[in-house]
Amino acid sequence: MCIVAVVDNSLTLLGLLSVEPSYGYDLKHTYDRFFGVRKPLAFGQVYASLARMTRDGQILSLADEAGGGPDRKKYEVTEVGRTRVSQWMFTPDIPSETLQSNLFAKTIIALLVDDNADRLLDVQRTEHLARMRELTREKQGADLMRVLLCDHALFHIEADLRWIDLTGARLTQLRNEIKLP
Amino acid sequence: MTALIQARGLRKFFGTTDALRGIDLDIQRGEVVAVMGPSGSGKSSLLHCLAGVLLPDSGTVSVGGTVITALSEARRSALRLKEFGFVFQFGQLLPDLTAVDNVTIPLLLGGMKRRQALTAARGWLDRLGLEVAADQLPGELSGGEAQRVAIARALVTQPSVLFADEPTGSLDSLAAENVLTAMLELVRKAGTTLVMITHDPRTAAYADREIIVRDGQLAATDRVGVK
Repeated sequence: MCIVAVVDNSLTLLGLLSVEPSYGYDLKHTYDRFFGVRKPLAFGQVYASLARMTRDGQILSLADEAGGGPDRKKYEVTEVGRTRVSQWMFTPDIPSETLQSNLFAKTIIALLVDDNADRLLDVQRTEHLARMRELTREKQGADLMRVLLCDHALFHIEADLRWIDLTGARLTQLRNEIKLP
Repeated sequence: MTALIQARGLRKFFGTTDALRGIDLDIQRGEVVAVMGPSGSGKSSLLHCLAGVLLPDSGTVSVGGTVITALSEARRSALRLKEFGFVFQFGQLLPDLTAVDNVTIPLLLGGMKRRQALTAARGWLDRLGLEVAADQLPGELSGGEAQRVAIARALVTQPSVLFADEPTGSLDSLAAENVLTAMLELVRKAGTTLVMITHDPRTAAYADREIIVRDGQLAATDRVGVK
């Protein structure tokens, strides 16, 4: 798996923590396995995110082990954190003309936490189709240049939709392939 | 407002296959609805049940207050002729009849005199930009023209509901767009309800909303996180 683009790192980390409690070190490596193949996350980013999530009550650190440094703490998601992950997963992204890498992250997390990935994809499909409706309406009566620009956006969004459809059809296989060790 | 089409608890089996598994659906008068979903998800079964072509094993469909699932085959057939129009992926025009004669068929079946039917048919062909093609055979028409003839044939009876199954599935992008634009213009002008199966998101984008059928059920698309 090799997705290189903007993923919401903090929420993705929070999502991974809602699969199971983890040390910062392990969390970084799990993140890199799924989302950072070509651009691993820096440890500094991981710990900054963990500090922020702790401050916001989304995670809490379990009892410190010997040494007590940030990499010696195990973090666990709270109910506040779980709710935030659920909100993130089921809030569709604004359809853009680029690959929905955030959607990829949400899909993986939904499968890892055994939530309804099908539904997540359906929600996003609806959002994409709504945007396509807007663009289609915009074409009515527009000059040809405007029509061509709308067509360009429509075809890109359609490409995302094809990915959504194909991913939906492959969820069972994907679920089996991404099981955490 | 009472919906024009109301489906409640629709179930349909083909042998041991559960094609529809309890579908509830409301479609308003004048609404344009795209029906989407993977192959084999039950889209066509749903459309055929809504149109009274298939009878569900349980559940009801009512159109304009008439419970069509309670009607005899003969009465459903009469209702389909009068109230519904149908467009399929491949126009399914009769190859030995000219375009205009194809369009007259539903009118003649409904008892209209031939001369009157021809006038009406030519009127619909004109509205779809097919004046020149009226006297040609289907084999002499382009794919887009043939599909517009099929649309004229479906609309000539001025049905309250038009059912379309992949109406542009056999056309290239530009022809598909032209056919859709023409069909939607007529449908919206007449206030006809359109229920259209499509796998193509660009076609679905012409609809007011889409419903997604998966495994014989409607997919839930509400947003959990933003209720």
